[in-house]
Amino acid sequence: MKAFSYERAASPAAAAAAVVRTPGAKFIAGGTNLLDLMKLEIETPRHLVDVNGLGLDKIEPTPAGGLRIGALVRNTDLASDMRVRRDYGLLSRALLAGASGQLRNKATTAGNLLQRTRCPYFYDTNQPCNKRKPGSGCAAIGGFSRGLGVVGVSDACIATHPSDMAVAMRALDATVETVRADGVTRAIPIAEFYHLPGATPQQENVLAKGELITAVTLPKPVGGTHIYHKVRDRASYAFALVSIGAIIGRDGSARVAVGGIAPRPWRVEAAEAESARGAKAVASGLLAGAKPTRDNQFKLTLVERTLAAVLAEARA
Amino acid sequence: MIVAIAAFAPDDWRGRANFAEGIAHVMDTPDDLSVSRRGVMIGGAASVAATAVPVEAISKPSQDMPSVQKVSFDVNGHRRALEVDTRTTLLDALREHLDLTGTKKGCDHGQCGACTVIVDGRRINSCLTLAVMHHGDSITTIEGLGTPEKLHPMQAAFIEHDGYQCGYCTPGQICSAVAVLDEIKRGIPSHVSHSLTDRPKATNLEMRERMSGNICRCGAYSNIAEAMASVAGDEA
Repeated sequence: MKAFSYERAASPAAAAAAVVRTPGAKFIAGGTNLLDLMKLEIETPRHLVDVNGLGLDKIEPTPAGGLRIGALVRNTDLASDMRVRRDYGLLSRALLAGASGQLRNKATTAGNLLQRTRCPYFYDTNQPCNKRKPGSGCAAIGGFSRGLGVVGVSDACIATHPSDMAVAMRALDATVETVRADGVTRAIPIAEFYHLPGATPQQENVLAKGELITAVTLPKPVGGTHIYHKVRDRASYAFALVSIGAIIGRDGSARVAVGGIAPRPWRVEAAEAESARGAKAVASGLLAGAKPTRDNQFKLTLVERTLAAVLAEARA
Repeated sequence: MIVAIAAFAPDDWRGRANFAEGIAHVMDTPDDLSVSRRGVMIGGAASVAATAVPVEAISKPSQDMPSVQKVSFDVNGHRRALEVDTRTTLLDALREHLDLTGTKKGCDHGQCGACTVIVDGRRINSCLTLAVMHHGDSITTIEGLGTPEKLHPMQAAFIEHDGYQCGYCTPGQICSAVAVLDEIKRGIPSHVSHSLTDRPKATNLEMRERMSGNICRCGAYSNIAEAMASVAGDEA
């Protein structure tokens, strides 16, 4: 690990200012992903700004009837909050399907959104990777790509976003709230939060340097059946090959977000209108323009079958 | 007996051999803060610099020179004050600075659970958190759960049910197991909980799911689950 200096921030805007002011600075919250990457020298911050003491760890009701989840709320606390369990079951289920109990105790809401891909070539510093070292090439394309993306990918990068939580947030139409060093705040719909890789896979989201996530806001509860169905190589503690977060209404309406297949939680609203016609119709809309590799083309079938299982579960 | 189950592993290989990165042992004893510059030692074979670095020179952030910071926290009920390289994980602080080698370094990447400790009542991977991030926290390691004379019920149950073979993962398994039963008691749901709103029960399925962050290469899983079930039964 490269050496770094360390400070505890006094306020969200002060934290943002410290990151803008200090060369090579980064925020640290739970640290479960950042420290892993620092040990491998994939991340090499020169300065860490610890945001854990900023009081951003509360879940509060919003005037609109939703919930405002502080950026520092731990995954365990979010998953076990009774309001979330009752009204946003999809979110609880997605969180509980991810990582291990130890990691969920430390990992934060904002950190979960910002976690990096688990593409093996991003982790292997002996291999080219356009995300880790822009312009070096992509070893995943033509390499071992079984777990990697099939939609939203580019010729430069086929990495997936690994989060389960973000899939639920996408289906729930969450909003990401931020603050910048000058104190200016903004609210970013989760649909607009992540970039697709294109030619610049190193740019993963719309945050400016030093812009700090302060909260994630959920709109008022959406009724219906909440289901998170994750397919993976082990029964527990593994990243998704395919996961589906769905809210199926009594009127047959559906919201469907998919994990494990794209550089961001994947949702195609137009495809959801086809839900009355069954999984095949929805999957074909979700996967339009897919560019699978030989190793991961099974995911196209797996999305359709997982979706069929979700729709059947909702009807049952 | 506790020695066999917790504070000792037959081949405690990862901890010291892999203790790299040039951690500056600024003091010889953890409780001694009045250490002179002569006390500065650089530890670790893969040290970034092979020479001692004066403390005054360390204040400027640089990728080549370690940055040193003070931190204090409670470990097993005792206040411990340290001055550590900011890179020092909580795991390395416990093992290398405080000589609490019961907590084990397995993968050092949060994948195996051997480093599990309980911080402010919650189990975490001590390898994926920095010591300096725990100022004021209360940390419980395997050494703090019980003593050879007075075993924690989970330690006793692991012995009774043969919940280990080589013993290397065992301190992490026990810390995790103690926290898992507490999580179930506090009503925290899991991936396998049938209902999100009902109180979870300490079933075999629940305990297996909740223990998935602790790997045992010897494969003592079924005995670990039995040990946990016996403690859960006694508590119920």
